[in-house]
Amino acid sequence: MSYTALTILAIILTVLIDVKVLKTRLVTRKVFWTSYAIILFFQLITNWWLTSNEIVSYSEDFIIGARIAAAPIEDLGFGFALVTNVMALWVYWGRRGLVR
Amino acid sequence: METFGYAVMLSFTILASFWLELALKVRVLIRIRRALSAILPVALVFLIWVFYAVNRGHWRYDISQTLGITGPSGVPLEEFLFFIIVPIAAIMTIEAVRRVKGHWIVGDEERES
Repeated sequence: MSYTALTILAIILTVLIDVKVLKTRLVTRKVFWTSYAIILFFQLITNWWLTSNEIVSYSEDFIIGARIAAAPIEDLGFGFALVTNVMALWVYWGRRGLVR
Repeated sequence: METFGYAVMLSFTILASFWLELALKVRVLIRIRRALSAILPVALVFLIWVFYAVNRGHWRYDISQTLGITGPSGVPLEEFLFFIIVPIAAIMTIEAVRRVKGHWIVGDEERES
């Protein structure tokens, strides 16, 4: 699968996990979207650093080619899936009483 | 200096987020079991993604801009640390927003101490 296809799949699975599996419903909450906006701002900075310096280089064969802050647009989906799943699990465990 | 290219990014992420532990008392590092329970399963899945991507040629790392310690498939140490540090920063962010916006529902309120 291409990086593009994997990213779209990851976004869909992330929302399903949040809403249907963990039932944390973060994607319906202001606290989540505010946090995500802050994280996205910093992701653009760090993506730019890693990509423009070619610390990480992407093959053009597996992406659609649109870039934001030097990095493939697919990276935004990768980042969204990463941080959203972590935040949803954090809330899930808190709700389950794992508070330490 | 080139050696620290990737390490600079990780250091920046730590600097930009970990101060929240003190300034806003987000108490993420102190709740390390809950944090690791949230981070490790996700990190594992994303590392599988990384190995797939590297082996398929989706992306590659410039090892000269890393500390030079590599794991399977030549993935640098920094990439493994990325999946610990970035998630901690994300949890600190949502906890910081909770501290500032006390009335916004997060979803775990009844269990919060």
